[in-house]
Amino acid sequence: MSDDIYREIILDHYRNPRNKGKMTDADVVIHDSNPLCGDQIDIYLKVKDGDIDDIKFDGRGCAISQASASMLTEMILKKPLTLAKDISKEDILENIGLTNLGPARIKCALLSLKVLKMGMVKYYEDKEPVTAEKLEKDSNLY
Amino acid sequence: MQATQIEVNQIRKDFPILLRRINGKPLVYFDNAATTQKPSSVITSISEYYTTYNANIHRAVYQIAEEATNAFETTRDKVSSFINAHSREEIIFTRNTTESINLVAYSWGRKNVGRGDTIILSELEHHSNIVPWQILCQERGAQIKYLTIDQDGNLDLSELESCTSNNNVKLISLSHMSNAIGNIIPIKYIVKIAHSFGIPIFVDGAQSVPHLKTDVTDIDCDFLAFSGHKMLGPTGVGVLYAKKKILEEMNPFIGGGDMIKEVHKYETSYNDLPHKFEGGTPNIADVIGFGKALDYLNKIGIENIRRHEIELTKYALEEMSNLKNIQLYGSPDPYQRGGIISFNLGDIHPHDLATILNEEAIAIRSGHHCAQVLMEKLEVPATSRASFYIYNTIEEINIFINALHKAMRLFRL
Ligand SMILES: Cc1ncc(COP(=O)(O)O)c(C=O)c1O
Repeated sequence: MSDDIYREIILDHYRNPRNKGKMTDADVVIHDSNPLCGDQIDIYLKVKDGDIDDIKFDGRGCAISQASASMLTEMILKKPLTLAKDISKEDILENIGLTNLGPARIKCALLSLKVLKMGMVKYYEDKEPVTAEKLEKDSNLY
Repeated sequence: MQATQIEVNQIRKDFPILLRRINGKPLVYFDNAATTQKPSSVITSISEYYTTYNANIHRAVYQIAEEATNAFETTRDKVSSFINAHSREEIIFTRNTTESINLVAYSWGRKNVGRGDTIILSELEHHSNIVPWQILCQERGAQIKYLTIDQDGNLDLSELESCTSNNNVKLISLSHMSNAIGNIIPIKYIVKIAHSFGIPIFVDGAQSVPHLKTDVTDIDCDFLAFSGHKMLGPTGVGVLYAKKKILEEMNPFIGGGDMIKEVHKYETSYNDLPHKFEGGTPNIADVIGFGKALDYLNKIGIENIRRHEIELTKYALEEMSNLKNIQLYGSPDPYQRGGIISFNLGDIHPHDLATILNEEAIAIRSGHHCAQVLMEKLEVPATSRASFYIYNTIEEINIFINALHKAMRLFRL
């Protein structure tokens, strides 16, 4: 099974993460960690005309958490927020090709999505409280 | 006569869990620093209590209550002789090491630590030997000072005297063996220095008591805490040893039944030692089970256990140091450390490594091991940790080394 997990693409995103770093002029910055593993993810979002104009993530942790974050940023960069809003955990697991992770490791894979949803909650809080509320619920991934 | 050589294959038959298979492979249990497995004698003693003499202890006069009280109190005698305490009154049962430390921080600390005072810890400590003291210090306006370690994880003893000679030091609390990297500190020497300045010393023996001969009369520490579940016993039983004179002067920790002598409307007189510190119905079944664990350890002999672990550790360190990209933490000398090996392999995150090893049915720990102060010092967010006990074998270490090779292949290292 670990042959399936640690495929070339995961190792590539782990060792050469895309969109990694900090952003000084972000509209939203959000941080969360997984106390079990110590995985940490920060996400920086810049929104323009309803699109995710720029996204960066920073953090440290296992290959699964870091590759998953890197792939998530690729998935939504320059895409409408409305699209990012609806990403489900199944979408993430499918996108990174890990659909049969155990309960402990699934948290690693979903940490970045959780952080992203929390970030969008922050973004929508004043603008669209109803959307923020729904996102808040959605961010409860595990 | 104790056998000088451990009969591992014989011992393994006493541990039913070692028959377990994971992914079709025999379980290799290398997480003994977290908790150890239990022999049949411990497991059956617990159900025997519940099936044949279950009763509350200390108060009733009927037969099964007397049997239960006897079995419970016999464990206290066994603990007392296991660590060579002066008397059974110095042995307090708690839930675990953490509770033992909190008991002292609460009962002794609130009486003896005040504004401007200092408590000395080291960078090796487990969170449970840090947080209770932080809570105490925050409440009392006292402060914590850390003895530092070098790159091999050895305590810098040159600081000891200058730290300790400060008038405001009220307590030194140190773990005898690091749970994260295995280093053993020269506790007897440290006690001597501390006492020369009149400072009491608390020993966190969670890792040392299960693996090293621990004689509190010889070490002369003032407090010692350890957990039964790390030495073949059930979970839910911890021990606090303290010198009788200190216990007598301490206020109770948990008020309620069993810890009293007389209760009146507005005042209470407390029970004699050790019961003064054991409020409420204790964990009777598991204390009885812990007694059987001590019998088992005595039968094997703690020195033999230590010898066996040195042999395993030496072999594992040699084999592991041959691996490309390995980073080993802690003392390179197997005689200066317990059977705990902390390491990192290339850029493989410990959680990924643990996942890969799990497929080979190998249980290791990955993370910060409740020692984030130490991790910060070593400048790593996490390590992988393999830790051994009496039932582990050289063959299991070979399986482990092969699995490390597999992980390196998967990560193209
Ligand atoms: C050195 C040390 N101190 C304290 C503890 C806490 O033990 P417990 O969880 O049984 O209270 C541990 C266990 O992990 C330990 O290794």
